[in-house]
Amino acid sequence: MTLKASTGSPFARILSVGSAVPSRVIDNDYLCQFIDSSDEWITQRTGIKERRWVGEGENIETLSITAATSAIERSGIAPEDIDAVIVSTISHYEQTPALAPKLAHLLGLGDAAAYDISAACAGFSYGVAQAEALVRSGQARYVLLIAGETISDITNMTDRGTAFLFGDGAGAVVIGPSEVNGIGPVVWGSDGGQFDAIRMSHDIAGGVKAGEFPTITMDGQAVFKWATSHIAQATRRCLDEAGITPDELDVFIPHQANNRITDTLLRYLKLPEKVVVARTIQHLGNNSAATIPMAMDALLTSGEAKSGQTALIIGFGAGLVYSGQVITLP
Amino acid sequence: MATTEEIRAQLAELVNEVAGVPVEDVQLDKSFVDDLDVDSLAMVEILVGCEEKFGVTIPDEESKNLKTVGDAVAYVEAHS
Repeated sequence: MTLKASTGSPFARILSVGSAVPSRVIDNDYLCQFIDSSDEWITQRTGIKERRWVGEGENIETLSITAATSAIERSGIAPEDIDAVIVSTISHYEQTPALAPKLAHLLGLGDAAAYDISAACAGFSYGVAQAEALVRSGQARYVLLIAGETISDITNMTDRGTAFLFGDGAGAVVIGPSEVNGIGPVVWGSDGGQFDAIRMSHDIAGGVKAGEFPTITMDGQAVFKWATSHIAQATRRCLDEAGITPDELDVFIPHQANNRITDTLLRYLKLPEKVVVARTIQHLGNNSAATIPMAMDALLTSGEAKSGQTALIIGFGAGLVYSGQVITLP
Repeated sequence: MATTEEIRAQLAELVNEVAGVPVEDVQLDKSFVDDLDVDSLAMVEILVGCEEKFGVTIPDEESKNLKTVGDAVAYVEAHS
């Protein structure tokens, strides 16, 4: 007996991107009611002026549906042809079921395979790696990848180290077969030895016992050190693995954790002046897994970046985990 | 083996690149925080830069003791 193996497309690419930005604008002055800080300090340390939080009637489902609907429409692919849905999130607060099957149902995607992944701020790039592998192996023809986050729900408004960092939002892409390669090899990894550098204040049981919802905590300097050393090297490796030089890059979309980290990565990479660098952090804050697709959509919509250009994406965060690859913009 | 002055000069370039402090201000007796106005994130970046530039490892508990330019230069001299 010989078992049949699946066969897929030789290459994959991102066909389209969509995003959703919630309605409530939260500026630094608003947050400084709850923490001993100032607009100047927050701006100088992070580059963040304001962020968006979910308002009335908005939640992770509505944001994800808006982003995904936009991505599907722009892809030109019939919804029924999408046969796998991956949702990357750390802010879906149900142990089970996953968010993906419900979103697949709400989007009218029939019996598409659907599951969630948890890789925090690296989650979008982890998802791109998985989707690319599914398409190339033939396990799926078209994959919808959604990154949705409402970190405002787990933000400690009185923590002067993290209260101002996070914003809510969602981004989505459709990934499918291609005649030319549009997704370079993934460079990814983890350092669980630093599991406590970004973590929750309690696990669920501990939160119930303490009578408070778990919130996110962070050792900012440990993360900054890791990002400015390890991630800088990983970013260079993304280019090497894709076989391109910095001169051949058009767009750089690093995870928007902190403008100072982006500045450091740029100093290390010595990218040419012409490279467009995402700086959505100023108005959106850090959107965890949703950051990169939201920034990608913003750059394409504003015209700063163009379809067909070569972009480097890299995410890094709680785990600690990181992941990046060079892609062709949809 | 680099001399104290060579290490100081290379460190001064690094501090200039990271924090915009004029290279001539980066002297051995200067405190990073109090004299050169280097903030905590820039300090982390300078120490990471030192690790790369001079091939040394600076553990977290050690980094807290490197308050002046002279402290950092002495550390590099002793460990490179």
